[in-house]
Amino acid sequence: MDTLSQNDNEAIRTVSLVRHYRLGRSVIPAVDGVSMAARRGEFIALLGASGSGKSTLLNLIAGLDRPDAGAIVIDGQNLASLTPDELAGYRRHTVGMVFQSFNLVPSMTLYENVELPMRFAEVRRRVRKQRAREALERVGLSDRIKHRPSEMSGGEQQRAALARALVNEPKILLADEPTGNLDSKTGKEIMDLIRNLNRTLEMTVVMVTHERSLAERYAHRMIFLGDGKLLGETQGKMGAAR
Amino acid sequence: MKIYDLVELAGRNLREASLRNSLTTLGISVGVASLVAMLSLGIGLQRLFNRQLGRSGLFDSIVVSSRLDTRAGGRQPGQPVNGPSTPPKNLDDTARHIFEQIDDVQEVYSLFGAVGEFRLEDAKPEDVHFTVLGGLPPSAHGSEVFDDFQGHFFSAPDAPEAIIMADFARVLLELPEVRPEQKLSQEDADRLLDKYLVFRYPERSDETPVAMQGSGSSQNDDAQGSDPAGFNVVRKEQRLKIVGIVPTEPYRGLRSMGRTSVFLPIAYAESLNMIQPGDLRNIMRPGQGKSYNALLVRVGKSKNVAQVEEEIKKQGFSTFSIVDASRGLTKAFMFLDLFLGIFGSLALAVAFLGIVNTLVMAILERRREIGIMKALGASDGDVKRIFFVEAGSMGLLGGGLGVALGWLIGRVINLGTNVYLQRQEMRPENFWYVPMWLVVSSLVFSVAVSVIAGWYPAKRAAKLDPVQALRHE
Repeated sequence: MDTLSQNDNEAIRTVSLVRHYRLGRSVIPAVDGVSMAARRGEFIALLGASGSGKSTLLNLIAGLDRPDAGAIVIDGQNLASLTPDELAGYRRHTVGMVFQSFNLVPSMTLYENVELPMRFAEVRRRVRKQRAREALERVGLSDRIKHRPSEMSGGEQQRAALARALVNEPKILLADEPTGNLDSKTGKEIMDLIRNLNRTLEMTVVMVTHERSLAERYAHRMIFLGDGKLLGETQGKMGAAR
Repeated sequence: MKIYDLVELAGRNLREASLRNSLTTLGISVGVASLVAMLSLGIGLQRLFNRQLGRSGLFDSIVVSSRLDTRAGGRQPGQPVNGPSTPPKNLDDTARHIFEQIDDVQEVYSLFGAVGEFRLEDAKPEDVHFTVLGGLPPSAHGSEVFDDFQGHFFSAPDAPEAIIMADFARVLLELPEVRPEQKLSQEDADRLLDKYLVFRYPERSDETPVAMQGSGSSQNDDAQGSDPAGFNVVRKEQRLKIVGIVPTEPYRGLRSMGRTSVFLPIAYAESLNMIQPGDLRNIMRPGQGKSYNALLVRVGKSKNVAQVEEEIKKQGFSTFSIVDASRGLTKAFMFLDLFLGIFGSLALAVAFLGIVNTLVMAILERRREIGIMKALGASDGDVKRIFFVEAGSMGLLGGGLGVALGWLIGRVINLGTNVYLQRQEMRPENFWYVPMWLVVSSLVFSVAVSVIAGWYPAKRAAKLDPVQALRHE
């Protein structure tokens, strides 16, 4: 099979992906020749120490960053060759993201935050309302729609961020340390939610974490990174059960 | 992104930093206000000048005189010709009729000027005043001179009535001399209005040419024999009712004679057949018949003055108009408007920098938010447009406020100046005007300037790297 082509079952494929950062005169290889693939509906955890390149790899898959070399193939198209506008379209429709620090807009209410991606996707107002309500119901926040992020707990904010990531009905959910700012109980709730989305909506999930136990419990597959290189991979409990 | 989403997001962002954005908007409005105030003053002054000059009759009038009266025009046929080739003609009724037929000529009337002796009817016989009198056409009623005069205009074009100058009224009432063009007190005016003037003048009588016989010396006799002047002079007397008193002389500057003290309706004055300076020429060159001193040709539109003037010159007459001065004045006002506009724009230039500053600050503050929007699928264009709409909204709001503020400033200045004018016993004037095109173009200009000011911040925001913007602090 051609390295840049995907089979029907494949959601994400990276091919010899390289992303270097310049820091003064030195060049830091954040991602250094990573080739990996994720099946549709698969839950992958990217593990590694701080600075291993897992967040950079996630940003490249999210279309927030561009590789210096290599390819990221999603739905048959190489993200590296897309124009900035096409890449923005990809972020709007194909991927949803959650972050460690939630990244809700503090001046907006919960409803407005969840509605925001649909504004960029030019979804009609009536449809927006319905989708936002459904997404908020799914994460159990339908009674808090008029609250601002500052009036909510960390767990609630992350659930709101998950609702926001869902509203444009993406195929891929990318999560960057989604439980990093949460206590273990709330973190578990969030992880349960993500797993639930992965199962019920058959979303492909790529999650960056440094908590191996969490990855083992929820992911189908764990990919280990170190110094920007792929060190190896192993099945999680869910993968074994699949 | 849909336009209403853009406007909603921009509006929300503006409300978030309401104090800063309000101050920036206020800055724009001060800039626009100064521009509007300056330009409306320039436009208002120009309108005032045009109105006054238009009503003064100076810019739509041509004074026509016969070239027979001028040195070069009086040459004999056959002499070397330097000037126009048309032979000089007598300025008589035939000529007047020809002028009346020219396109866009509204009226032609005699620039009547004569001298006479006046006395208030109830005054002592020796209290007589020898002075210059002139004629006024009915159209003179529109002159700004009659905006503020005592009494009323002539009741009919041929009524035996008189409008007198205020300083002549003072002479009649034996009041002390004051500065020229000062109004008479109403009390003094009432002492003269509706009173009668006895008016004595020399009449030109063409029927009985006997009085002006040659002096007896046969050298002065010519072919006309016993009628060298062609007319006789008879002393006549009329009663004139004083109907109005004006402080300023109507059509001053177009009359060749000295300061006129008494005005009669032109048709009535002409019917009196008074001896005028031009009649002296008839004495020297008998046989030419009755002619006018000068005719005033009033043209409908001042732009046609030059063309009409050319037509009249072709007929063999001398002309004079000050239409060229009017053209120069329009040019001068264009420069004044330009200068005032540039001066007014300076404040807007400062406001321009204010917008740039506000939006650059907004980028720094909303760095993370821009990153989030990009992560959620906002394109560079979406981010840019949000900033443009924010800048444009501030421009529109500031422009609207500025127009209102400029209008208010103009009104206040106008009001203040009019209070001053009234204290100086002068008529209030509206020298300030905000035309609709100024309102619309100020708004457009304000929005355009704001959007241009937003260009750099918008570009910077659009190019923001989302990974950098979202990096944990």
